Amino acid sequence: MRPDEIAALRHEPTCSHNEGPKAGCARPQPGATQGGCCFDGARNALLPIADVAHIVHGPIGCAGSSWDGRGSRSSGATLYRVGMTTDLSEMDVIMGRGEKRLFHAIKQAIDTYKPAAVFVYATCVPALNGDDFEAVAKAAQARWGVPVVPIDGAGFYGNKNLGNRVAGDAMLRHVIGTREPDPVPLGAQRPGITTHDVNLIGEWNIGGEFWNVAPLFDELGLRVLCTFTGDARFREVQTMHRAEANILVCSKAMIKVARALQDNHATPFFEGSFYGAAATSQALRGFADILNDPGLTRRTEAVIAREEAATEAALAPLRPLLQGRRVLIFAGGYKSWSLVSAMQDLGMNVVATGTEKSTEEDKARIRALMGPDARMIEDNDQTALLRTFHEQQADIMIAGDRYIYPTLKARLPFLDVDHVRSIGYAGYTGAVELARNLAVTLHSPVWRHARTPPSWTRQAA
Amino acid sequence: MAEIILSGKPLAVSPLKVSQPVGASLAFLGLARAMPLEHGARGCTSFNKLFFMRHFQEPIALQTTAMDEVATVIGADGNVVEALRTIAERNAPDVIGLLTTALSETQGADIPRTIHVFRESFPEHDGIAVVPVSASDTLGCLETGFAAAVEAIIAALVPETRSAVRRPRQVNVLASSMLSPADIEAIKEWVEAFGLHPVMLPDIGDSLDGHMIEEGFSTVTYGGTSRADIATMGESIATLVIGNSLHRAADLLHERTGVPDHRFASVSGVEACDAFTTALSEIARRSVPARLERQRAQLIDAMVDCHFQLGGARIAVAADADLLEATIRFLLGTGAEVVASVAAARTSGLADLPVDRVVVGDLEDLETLARKAGAELLIANSHGADVAARLGVPLLRAGFPLSDIYGGHARCLVGYRGSRQMLFDIANLLAARQRAVAPYRSIYWQGTPRDQEVVATVPAALAAH
Repeated sequence: MRPDEIAALRHEPTCSHNEGPKAGCARPQPGATQGGCCFDGARNALLPIADVAHIVHGPIGCAGSSWDGRGSRSSGATLYRVGMTTDLSEMDVIMGRGEKRLFHAIKQAIDTYKPAAVFVYATCVPALNGDDFEAVAKAAQARWGVPVVPIDGAGFYGNKNLGNRVAGDAMLRHVIGTREPDPVPLGAQRPGITTHDVNLIGEWNIGGEFWNVAPLFDELGLRVLCTFTGDARFREVQTMHRAEANILVCSKAMIKVARALQDNHATPFFEGSFYGAAATSQALRGFADILNDPGLTRRTEAVIAREEAATEAALAPLRPLLQGRRVLIFAGGYKSWSLVSAMQDLGMNVVATGTEKSTEEDKARIRALMGPDARMIEDNDQTALLRTFHEQQADIMIAGDRYIYPTLKARLPFLDVDHVRSIGYAGYTGAVELARNLAVTLHSPVWRHARTPPSWTRQAA
Repeated sequence: MAEIILSGKPLAVSPLKVSQPVGASLAFLGLARAMPLEHGARGCTSFNKLFFMRHFQEPIALQTTAMDEVATVIGADGNVVEALRTIAERNAPDVIGLLTTALSETQGADIPRTIHVFRESFPEHDGIAVVPVSASDTLGCLETGFAAAVEAIIAALVPETRSAVRRPRQVNVLASSMLSPADIEAIKEWVEAFGLHPVMLPDIGDSLDGHMIEEGFSTVTYGGTSRADIATMGESIATLVIGNSLHRAADLLHERTGVPDHRFASVSGVEACDAFTTALSEIARRSVPARLERQRAQLIDAMVDCHFQLGGARIAVAADADLLEATIRFLLGTGAEVVASVAAARTSGLADLPVDRVVVGDLEDLETLARKAGAELLIANSHGADVAARLGVPLLRAGFPLSDIYGGHARCLVGYRGSRQMLFDIANLLAARQRAVAPYRSIYWQGTPRDQEVVATVPAALAAH
């Protein structure tokens, strides 16, 4: 990928901070940073497309220790869980055999697994080598008649966020708009309910959490053409251009896709989240507002009333366990504010939130929720994070899985909200599950043991 | 304070309880060169022997007085004397454990008289100790039978003394039936870490750990506490009692020897382990070895790592009282909820269990309670497998018998390490059936290829944290 193409991916005219310094694109400090690379972001974004063979073109380091690590769940197809890599050897690199190897690798994947499509992810070494993997993909597609999509997101291009953009861009270029949606099945048509086609962009179905919400979409007559990309299928991604409305869930990573669909296909989009009951209701209302269907609006309000009442009833016994507890949130992007609102819904006190991967808009939302003096943590250094935890006298840290073990080592309660987690927190039922898990960790007896030295040392001291 | 509920059913279904003779025999199987002799019908012993063989995957020394119908009606004392003589001549053991069964108890066997007759008639076998135990099947359970045998062994083999401490580095350890051979080994190492020499009573860690011996097959036990060691228990500096079921035995030992004792309901979980470690440190007058402190730190770390899985997990437990208590206390220490507790038999300690109620019953009761309480994991012996399958929840095997797995007797659940392993085992079982969101299939997929897809199950790897 050329530097100007990378710059174009970073360009985001709808972002208020487009011209200013980009917080999300700050250069990482070597020796004192952590976080994924562009390849990581690209594969993460597309891996949940379940019937695709995802081939990592690179040496074993790229896929070897990272495959089978995503919590995205599929309702059926499982091919996405099969790790595939060209596992480039030293001789492949020296002799320039990478392209040939990739070509055969694609054939093998097609022969063995009959995938709906093959996605090929470039990594640093072949990018450095100059493998023309896009040409290989094209040749393979022509030869075997299965779509082969090149995703050019070598690790050194940039961070995970850039990788997300690369992934979205690849879908826009090669996949979206290549097929028309199926007709609405007769069995799904109900009198008085107009079916509207929608997409969810940046919803990953972590731990199957979207299944907490999906039945409500069916009930309301909202046909999800594609959940991009949780539990998605290749042929659904192909039809995304036909939606009447899009919700952008993971706000910034996939905004390129939402904006392109708006620009090229006049599909309006709005941003929302399914974390917390209030956010879920807001997201459902968002569709009703855009689609301008009075029947839908009425049904949406009825569903919201019903679900919120049920949620409140389920939360009631948990609330006293959570009320007033001090939370430190360290999560990137949209989670930096969507979790704030979810915690506040539960009566918890958010004392600080991380903004490492947040945009200016994310930060504006944080200020709206937490007040102008909201404590934001830019630095992803774990030691500093723990210091803030103690300074703020927090009771629990909510963060991604990278932070779990350092936090636990520091004997502090922790809730994992990363993409590899296996518990679904989305929607109304997810909100209850989240509250339940918060209560469990906050009130676990293990903290007492972890913080109390054994009696013999107490006597000695 | 737990409310004790007697199930009161006329029919025990899927019994949890194992008989007292099995327990009493087990205690003798932990003595060196021993032979338990069950005074009952051949069938009793045949079942019990197979039961032990399946559990330990070992040959088992176990004999029977083979009461037949004539002996049962006319009197079976002759059978006892004959059996004692036969065992003495053929197997020349150091100890014969002579235990009754429901049959001989009901019949009214006069055990002291039979031993007297045996001694009178065969003075050449005076060197062989005969330890009588009353162990009717109609009472108690494995654990109480085991405890009764330990008490009987003390009564018969520990001399009544008031000697000063002659072995300041020796401690007695009375070990409950809840402890596996691997548990016993771990406890010995724990004691030895403080420079102390443990006399385990009994020591199934030495006899039933499953080790090859030079001689190959042996008709008596393959190891265990020697009579010589038992005879020195009065010279030890202290007695450690593990398991509430052994309180009577401990009282007797104290009465006969005056050796001060320290009692522990269990040695699983950090609190119980700390108490045991502290006691050892005080007895030995030595600081806690760094190795143990490291193991403790490892356990704490594991508790923290696993608390997401364990916290609030709804667990149902069925076991004999000692194991039930150890397990319940262990689970509560990790943040899990014990939603059903079933004990095999009513014992004095049950009321002190830190749960609301304990049902004295069987595995059917466990099934009913676990279903009603929405248990996510069962802890029971191997018979719990079918119960767990019907409930659709995993089973952590613990207790007697562990007959459908290899190495059940080699699993260690005590000490910092054993506790950590138990923690991991439970967390893994729970993770494998994560409270996962069920896949949802949209009505709009009708007629599309997605409609034909097989619904995916949760892969275990996904569920792992």
